[in-house]
Amino acid sequence: MGRNKLALFGATLLSLFVLVAIFAPMIVPYDPSAILENDTLAPSAQHWFGTDDLGRDIFSRAVFGARISLTVGLVAVVISLLLGTLLGALAGYFGGWTDSLIMRFVDVMLAFPSIFLILAIQAMLTPNIYNVMVVIGLTSWMGVARLVRGEYLKIRELSYVEAAKAIGCSPARIIFRHILPNAMGPIIVAGTLGMAGAILTESSLSFLGMGVQPPMASWGNMLMDAQAYLLDAPWMAVIPGLLIFTTVLSLYFVGEGLREKVGVS
Amino acid sequence: MKSFVVKRLLQAIPILIGVSVLSFFIMHLAPGDPTALFTDPNVNPAELARIRANWGLDQPIYIQYFYWLGNALRGNFGNSYMTGMPVIKEIAERLPATLLLMVTSFVITLLITIPLGVISAVKKGKWFDNAVTVFCFAGMATPSFWLGLMLMLLFAVKLNWLPAVGMYDVMSNDKCQMSNVLDVIRHMILPVTTMTLLSLTGLIRYQRAAMLEVLNQDFIRTARAKGLPERIVIFKHALRNALIPIVTILGLSLPDLFGGAFIIETIFAWPGMGRLGVMAIFQRNYPLIMGIVMLSAVLIVVGNLLADIAYAWVDPRVRYGKK
Repeated sequence: MGRNKLALFGATLLSLFVLVAIFAPMIVPYDPSAILENDTLAPSAQHWFGTDDLGRDIFSRAVFGARISLTVGLVAVVISLLLGTLLGALAGYFGGWTDSLIMRFVDVMLAFPSIFLILAIQAMLTPNIYNVMVVIGLTSWMGVARLVRGEYLKIRELSYVEAAKAIGCSPARIIFRHILPNAMGPIIVAGTLGMAGAILTESSLSFLGMGVQPPMASWGNMLMDAQAYLLDAPWMAVIPGLLIFTTVLSLYFVGEGLREKVGVS
Repeated sequence: MKSFVVKRLLQAIPILIGVSVLSFFIMHLAPGDPTALFTDPNVNPAELARIRANWGLDQPIYIQYFYWLGNALRGNFGNSYMTGMPVIKEIAERLPATLLLMVTSFVITLLITIPLGVISAVKKGKWFDNAVTVFCFAGMATPSFWLGLMLMLLFAVKLNWLPAVGMYDVMSNDKCQMSNVLDVIRHMILPVTTMTLLSLTGLIRYQRAAMLEVLNQDFIRTARAKGLPERIVIFKHALRNALIPIVTILGLSLPDLFGGAFIIETIFAWPGMGRLGVMAIFQRNYPLIMGIVMLSAVLIVVGNLLADIAYAWVDPRVRYGKK
């Protein structure tokens, strides 16, 4: 099937990016923060992706940027999955007022334009890479919570859950040991797509200067630097954007492939 | 129907209160206070204390909140720290520019989403469907600000066809009404395209999924079995039902449109509410931030409410089915 090939293609690209991120110091030809030239230079044999406004090697910065962008995406999505799964599971399993309370909270969080909320929190804290991860995680769990709640509502009616209750399992044991493994499929799919979203959000934040701070390179803040040099050094803007695009696209392909495997719609 | 609307309206109240509490406390939990940002560090401490007292920043935070809430319920959202103008007035001046962008791109989105989603469901697996799918994934993977930058690079910088930023040509002395309208339209093309391309791609996939689901239903098989032409089956029987879920999705896409406005207006220097909001955040202009958050939340909640009402209206099963 075509979809499967796309997922495989995505997974391959993604593994490549992950390897690049892990082995960044061995791959880069130059120190990513070293000022090597006096000018922005177009891509050449010496500087594959050119140099930026401060004369730093864009290829080296992009390689280290992969590290930052992927880490931020991963940590943010783990936070969002943990929070979303916990709240969704509680709401779905217990129902009643627990459910109402949690779901109203979800409604409140969804009534914010999320980028504005994230920007506001970032501006109030000092923007740095750790805050970026936490804030993106804390503002993106709502979809997961709704999804997990739905799964729990379905699964808690099954007879094996009833059997578990009958032999006296505690609610915590039923929620985490009995139901969670059966709800894992959709959660993993949501996680893959969520990581794509987190990487996009990190890049927008860094682009606005509210995310990863220089001199640390992330693809988003490389684009922030590029904005002023659109005319003179367009490669500064094109390359980091293509990298974000490729990474996010790969994650979507993998996510869609998994979705089909798991059989959720 | 009436009780449904009333019930949903009542549910909106706690949501809005929740939004206001949460945003108020997030802002004020930050260390320091906004006076530090825009007063001279050498200013006399007594003067600073006076400014603080004037803005109510010397009170405990919950008092500040109730003070804010009391005023807000009477329609007074305070004055902007930077300009001293009432927040409502400042937002009202900027809102039309944002709505112009949003409504235009919303309409264009609809006009493209429905036919593309439907055709690609009907032609499932054919080259057209595959092309649309690839386009959708590409759109979802593109960061909005980067797309904006690239369009600007191509059409404004390289080709010089369209203005890069702003809403009006500041150099133009033309007083003619018509050429001013054309000028704004020229400035709108890039931001609207960016916004549309981004909301479009997710929605096409929803529309396609909705249409596919309907096409698998028994009544479509019946319609085909009794020999109706395919055209009638698709447009008269299937499409009507496939439009139902898109109503909700459109309501749900409002926050995205708003979120998009913050970034897109910042890139294209569009003088709207989104850019005002981003500036307010950078300046820690509390009253203005609160005003914009509340306005966005109201519009989002109302949008969802309208979507639900529209849903109940077009789909009798919702109205009569669940009590």
